Amino acid sequence: MTVARKFSLYLSLTVVGVIMVGPLYWLFASSLKPSADIYSFPPAWWPTSFEWHNYVDAWKSAPFGDFYLNSIITTVAGTALEVANAVLTAYAFVFLRFPFKRVLFGILLAALMVPGHVVLLPNYLTVSELGWINTYQGIVIPGAASAFGAFLLRQHMLTLPDEIIDAARVDGAGHLRRLFSVVLPLSKPMVITVTIVSMVGKWNDFVWPLIVTNTNSMRTLPVGLLLLKNAEGYVNWGSVMAATVFVVLPVLVVFFIAQRQIVAGLTQGAVKG
Amino acid sequence: MSTLETARPATQQPDTPVRRRKPKRAREYLTFLALVAPNFILLAVFSYWPVIYNAYLSLTDWNLIAPMPTFVGLENYQELLTGHEFREVLLTTVIFVVGIVGGSLVLGLGVALLLNQKLKGRGVVRTMVFAPHVLSGAAVGLAWVFIFDPNYGLSRVAFSAIGQSSPSWLTDSGWALPAVMIVYLWKNVGFSAIVYLAGLQGMPKDLYESASLDGAGAWTVFRRITLPLLSPVTFFLMITTIISSFQAFDVIAVMTDGGPGGATTILSWYVYEKGFSDFEAGPAGAGAVVMFVILLVITLLQTRFVERKVHYR
Repeated sequence: MTVARKFSLYLSLTVVGVIMVGPLYWLFASSLKPSADIYSFPPAWWPTSFEWHNYVDAWKSAPFGDFYLNSIITTVAGTALEVANAVLTAYAFVFLRFPFKRVLFGILLAALMVPGHVVLLPNYLTVSELGWINTYQGIVIPGAASAFGAFLLRQHMLTLPDEIIDAARVDGAGHLRRLFSVVLPLSKPMVITVTIVSMVGKWNDFVWPLIVTNTNSMRTLPVGLLLLKNAEGYVNWGSVMAATVFVVLPVLVVFFIAQRQIVAGLTQGAVKG
Repeated sequence: MSTLETARPATQQPDTPVRRRKPKRAREYLTFLALVAPNFILLAVFSYWPVIYNAYLSLTDWNLIAPMPTFVGLENYQELLTGHEFREVLLTTVIFVVGIVGGSLVLGLGVALLLNQKLKGRGVVRTMVFAPHVLSGAAVGLAWVFIFDPNYGLSRVAFSAIGQSSPSWLTDSGWALPAVMIVYLWKNVGFSAIVYLAGLQGMPKDLYESASLDGAGAWTVFRRITLPLLSPVTFFLMITTIISSFQAFDVIAVMTDGGPGGATTILSWYVYEKGFSDFEAGPAGAGAVVMFVILLVITLLQTRFVERKVHYR
């Protein structure tokens, strides 16, 4: 590699890195800046003093304690239900006989073709008919089914060696035993992948929680961010950015820990075609 | 998705003499039903039925409050097609989707080619590129509202460097759509980059070796070998990006509310606004049907393409 080529490659790599991470850096830096820094020109690339009280102000500017609790409850419950559905459905489709199984599987996959915005209004009407507006079940239940996760897990379970499952069957293990002590342990990486991808999706979900809740105490974090906007738009940028960090930070931490699984889950089925 | 076909008959049909043991088979069927029932019931109530119900709503005039929707036939569709507003929405949607798809494919491939070089630090950049994709659109949208602020955002710094004052991106109808598209592209380019990178790393090395023996230049190799071999990946990315950008919502909600003057109202925002601000179930339903049909056609195209490709192998 020539020096010039090497130099231009590293320059491009740096530019790409800066463009992708710059806005996030700016978000974190601004969340700590005193307001003098925020309005100064040229801007302060590094906070002149660390104003941790921006976080306290943000926390008090809206019921962020409630938002956090709501986000955690709905994410955990929603993920648990979705993964349970994925596991049970995948197991049934791989290890049990049933007439018209292929047709049923096709119907399951058809759910992937239904865009979220098409079901918005009907689902709102259903949930309000059930009296679930402003409730956790209203936020969680409509998203508790699993089509993609079930599909991924099924593909994985199809690759499990027959001998092990047959051995368990011969030993007299029922389906539940086979599922929990043989199939699940062997599918652990895929179950983790499905779980993390589901969690990230539920944590970031926006339009459904926005529609199905109408009091501040039931809002989730991403929806709660909208409350920081008043008639003049967003005003106190230090604390608005601090509130934004509340939403972003947990996912960033999960992302750095579980990068591999997240990338694998989100890009599943891309290359093999 | 074509991996769907890799079914293994062995576990599905255990070779026990099943035919003679009817009661056991009935039990197996029941177990199957019990395991899949929760999932299918939820899908029936919250995915399949809503599609039908939405189609019905699109044929009515209803404000969500009156006890019953009034059936009006195809009136809503007629209005959509003849009215000015919906054509604007469709045009904005097309610009948005084409821009996002084109942008993420070209930029994603560029970044992937870069990350495919043996450079120090490429692992770190790989992580950086993908990170925005997993973050809440509402949150990163808000970070960008601050960046685009003409008075104290980074936009002012960038424009003053070239001796200009920053446009007020989000309140100027000419700049709002580009602003939203920049954010959306920034958030999604990592996805195409990573998928392309996986594609590049799975390429057969010998083809490249023989090409270089034949004295082919870098551009020829790229055009004649890399691009064609990546075409399944490109097709996959095109479909998934079309589907996801059609449903862009949170970034718009935080940044522009579909404005100014409808400048950033794409189909997904239109459906939401008609239903939940204007309380007009009919037009909202009709808009949703249009969206569904477009995405259905695209998905079916994908299935056909994949089938053909697998067949050719």
